[in-house]
Amino acid sequence: MNQTEPLRPSSQAPAPQPLTFYGETIASRILLGTALYPSPHIMSEAVRASGAGIVTVSLRREQARGRTGQRFLDLIRALSVRLLPNTAGCRTAREAVTTAEMARELLDTDWIKLEVIANDDTLQPDVFGLAEAAEELVKRGFKVFPYMTEDLSVADRLIAAGCRVLMPWGSPIGTGRGLANPQAIKTLRAYYPDVPIVIDAGIGAPSHAAQALEMGCDAVLLNTAVARAQDPVRMAAAFAAAIDAGRSAYEAGLIQPSDRAQPSTPVAGTPFFDLGPDGPGSKPL
Amino acid sequence: MADTHTSATERLREITVNGRATRTTAATLAGLVVEQGFAEGRVATAVNGDFVAERARAAARLRDGDNVEILSVRQGG
Repeated sequence: MNQTEPLRPSSQAPAPQPLTFYGETIASRILLGTALYPSPHIMSEAVRASGAGIVTVSLRREQARGRTGQRFLDLIRALSVRLLPNTAGCRTAREAVTTAEMARELLDTDWIKLEVIANDDTLQPDVFGLAEAAEELVKRGFKVFPYMTEDLSVADRLIAAGCRVLMPWGSPIGTGRGLANPQAIKTLRAYYPDVPIVIDAGIGAPSHAAQALEMGCDAVLLNTAVARAQDPVRMAAAFAAAIDAGRSAYEAGLIQPSDRAQPSTPVAGTPFFDLGPDGPGSKPL
Repeated sequence: MADTHTSATERLREITVNGRATRTTAATLAGLVVEQGFAEGRVATAVNGDFVAERARAAARLRDGDNVEILSVRQGG
């Protein structure tokens, strides 16, 4: 190749695909939670450092005569990001549907991160309530982002209900253990190549996020890993770099692991190669 | 809709607001939102587990034993 020619990407690498949720193009592959930060200022700076275009928020009881919600909303609005309200803490489909309606009115968005929680210790999704709520919310015109287990049969139900994003957990919320079942995530990716997959919960380190993106997941939703880091702003930037790397690697086409060693150095021209094991090159020193 | 200024609506109603037992003279959900000091902020409401849109609050009459939720936006993951 002529040394003065610029390097071009291999024609075999897939062209970079923009991420879309419900027809909307999203610039960043990080969705960031807004809870657990040391201060509102650090939260805002972490959102900026992450480059996130979408942040999650919750609905909670307003204190009597307080304007806590309004103050928080003003802070978040200043970030110029898209808001994804959640139904965190809901234990039944009915609670989740009511919460989603309240969020839609408050935030003027039909996007909802649907959480129906089965167990207070594991915080695992109640997949039965989840499917029930998803069906109802789609009927009511919501665009549902379901917090789900990594189970293919659950994905099938949610897709049938009208969900066009899948958000399987990596491991339980707040544990930071990474992808507990990468094989199941691969299966989801293979069965639903055209549905955005966001790993939601359990990501603890940038390497976990990179792994998810390398596997072809479209994005990750983070909160604790950034908010509870010693330096949340720096950690947000670290995640952004890891996610960029993971996505680039996926698009560049990773090699497949092999059971057999293959020399990276060319074999042709190896000295003493033709002398064989009993040749002079093999004599003891 | 009934006149909210009649004496019948002046009686105290025993309801629950955001988990707290509350006595109110408000006849409607709209009145309760004002009485509780939430008129200035952005809040969403539900009564007995059902969403009540802002425009429907004036017509939503309160009854003894009603369970009212008044929510706003907060940090979340």
